[in-house]
Amino acid sequence: MYKIILSFRYLFRRRISYLALGAVALSVFIVVVVMTVMTGLVGDFKEKNHDFVGDCVVGTQSLVGFSYYEDFMRILEGEDFVESVSCVVRSYGLVSARGSEQSIGVEIIGIDPERHGRVTGFGGTLHFHKDDASKAFEAEYSPSRPGCVVGIDLWLRRDARGEYSYDSRPSATVLSVTCFPLTAKGALAKAGTDLVNTKTFYYSDTSRSGLAKVDSSAVYIPLEDAQELCGMGGPVKRASQLYIKFGDDVKLNAGCSKVARLWKEYAAKRAGDAGAGLLETVSVQSWKGHRREFIAPMEKEHTMVGVMFGLVGVTTVFIVFVVFYMIVSHKSKDIGILKSIGVSEANIVGVFVIFAFWTGLLGSGIGVVLGVAFLRNINTIENQLFEHLGFQLWDRTIYAIGDIPNQTDVGLLAVVVLSAVVSCMLSALLPSRQAAKQEPVEILQVSQL
Amino acid sequence: MSNDDMILKAEGVYKSYRMGPAEVRVLKGVDLAVKKGEFVAIVGASGSGKSTILHILGALDRPDKGVVRFEGRDLSGFGAGELNRFRNRMVGFVFQFYHLLDELNVLENVVLPAMVSATVVGWLGNRKRAKKRAGELLEELGLGERQRHKPYQLSGGERQRVAIGRALMNEPKVLLADEPTGNLDSVTGNGILDVLERLNGRGQTIVMVTHDERIARRASRTITLADGKMR
Repeated sequence: MYKIILSFRYLFRRRISYLALGAVALSVFIVVVVMTVMTGLVGDFKEKNHDFVGDCVVGTQSLVGFSYYEDFMRILEGEDFVESVSCVVRSYGLVSARGSEQSIGVEIIGIDPERHGRVTGFGGTLHFHKDDASKAFEAEYSPSRPGCVVGIDLWLRRDARGEYSYDSRPSATVLSVTCFPLTAKGALAKAGTDLVNTKTFYYSDTSRSGLAKVDSSAVYIPLEDAQELCGMGGPVKRASQLYIKFGDDVKLNAGCSKVARLWKEYAAKRAGDAGAGLLETVSVQSWKGHRREFIAPMEKEHTMVGVMFGLVGVTTVFIVFVVFYMIVSHKSKDIGILKSIGVSEANIVGVFVIFAFWTGLLGSGIGVVLGVAFLRNINTIENQLFEHLGFQLWDRTIYAIGDIPNQTDVGLLAVVVLSAVVSCMLSALLPSRQAAKQEPVEILQVSQL
Repeated sequence: MSNDDMILKAEGVYKSYRMGPAEVRVLKGVDLAVKKGEFVAIVGASGSGKSTILHILGALDRPDKGVVRFEGRDLSGFGAGELNRFRNRMVGFVFQFYHLLDELNVLENVVLPAMVSATVVGWLGNRKRAKKRAGELLEELGLGERQRHKPYQLSGGERQRVAIGRALMNEPKVLLADEPTGNLDSVTGNGILDVLERLNGRGQTIVMVTHDERIARRASRTITLADGKMR
């Protein structure tokens, strides 16, 4: 009991204890805020990538694509674990507005919007046809002509707050999409002066996926039109990728393994068919694997920030260690007194370890409360700073970030608090053990006072 | 004097300290016996080893050579736990500089030895009784109104009486007082000696160290320590 009482008194009646409390609180505050924002950004970025391609991707990086995909789609759709499949053509081309002499290099993405909406989060990225992807290509001004969906950053500019100024309805703009069609062997499909295919589309909507590269370069057009433009149409149609969505209870790796096995069997069955060589370039990947080149740098950054703030934590542990060393040194007389009334070395260590426990718990509690309060208001604070001082954490005209992520993770908070408490207790262990080993006569003799 | 009457006995106790390169031999074969209920004063010049022998008797320090017996039991045979229990229950220390814990109030300082010897559950069960005893001790020592005060709010004499209360809390068999009046004026010091005499009158065994012969005369027996030996 005296250990609890004494440790409490040391905590609240010694000014130096407030220094330790402050160091722990500040460190926890910084770690909670930075890790929440970073984890939020990484999680948000991953979710957007997941939304972009579905759960699993069967496809090739080749601009030629691969053939016989339709039969494989039917096989997949016959499987219980597959909820939906979307066929995608991806290639590169030029887009120009009618009447404009300017062309922009874009990524052409050919999709069946209804299927694509079932597999990916495409519907949610649209502005005029939000959550109704099936009508994405319905051009309001000319229903007879196919529409196209343009990556938001190709069409509109973000203002400084990160918002786009949409028109009330799609403008009557006709876009010409031009592409070099390729044969199955990768050669140019046309010769002479008519090397390219060009088709015109009415602008029907914009897509805001939140992925900077996609939003600044993608033009979605109907699948058949994309196949025609890219030379993937004809009797044996080709596609670049199949995006697959699994059932809710299907584990990602298990689903991808099943798809890979099915693909292997299918490719083997098709081995003798014309153009089957293209099937060898096809790989089966989870969405994480497929978007690895985009996700990995973000994850690495997250890890680096984690390590950096881990070092901040180590520095704090050292500060707390020094503070405890000073506190224990100042309390050597108390240690002598306690030993003279029969307190054991272990219990003397216990007094200071419990003191460190309270310091860690209270300090990290303060840090967490301040951190969570700050996070809840981080966007308001940033808006205020921007309005009055012109300061923004991320320039919204450059970065595809909306609000700063501020969803606190209880697990993260628990780990941070636990680490702080354990670090404090470990920091107190060494000085208190050293102090407890002192002989009481050495401490209490007149010359030492 | 029969051995049964002896509560504390030191036989051929030697103790030396290292001060830099030199070894200072403080005790050179001290023999001492304290009877139950005695009030013994150990006098000697400064540096004669008075406090050292007191600390050895109370197991705060260990002799280099020799034996210290408490009720016939050799203290050197005590394990760490037994020594802690010995310091907690069998002896009570009163120091020249009071050595109270600044963070605790008067009542808490006095009750501390009882808290130390109890588990949390045991303390919760006994705390009322312990606090009652501490309160009674403080009343007896004239500090009934000062229970909630902090040590820094007390005078030197009052602090020393708190220290005496703490030393008596667990009803120790021996009270060891190291220059209990050394830091007090003569009037206040006499008050403290009155308290010790009163306690001894009720059967409390006391061993007191002092450099002042006049103070030593208040004890029932005086032992002089000179040149590391008892005279």
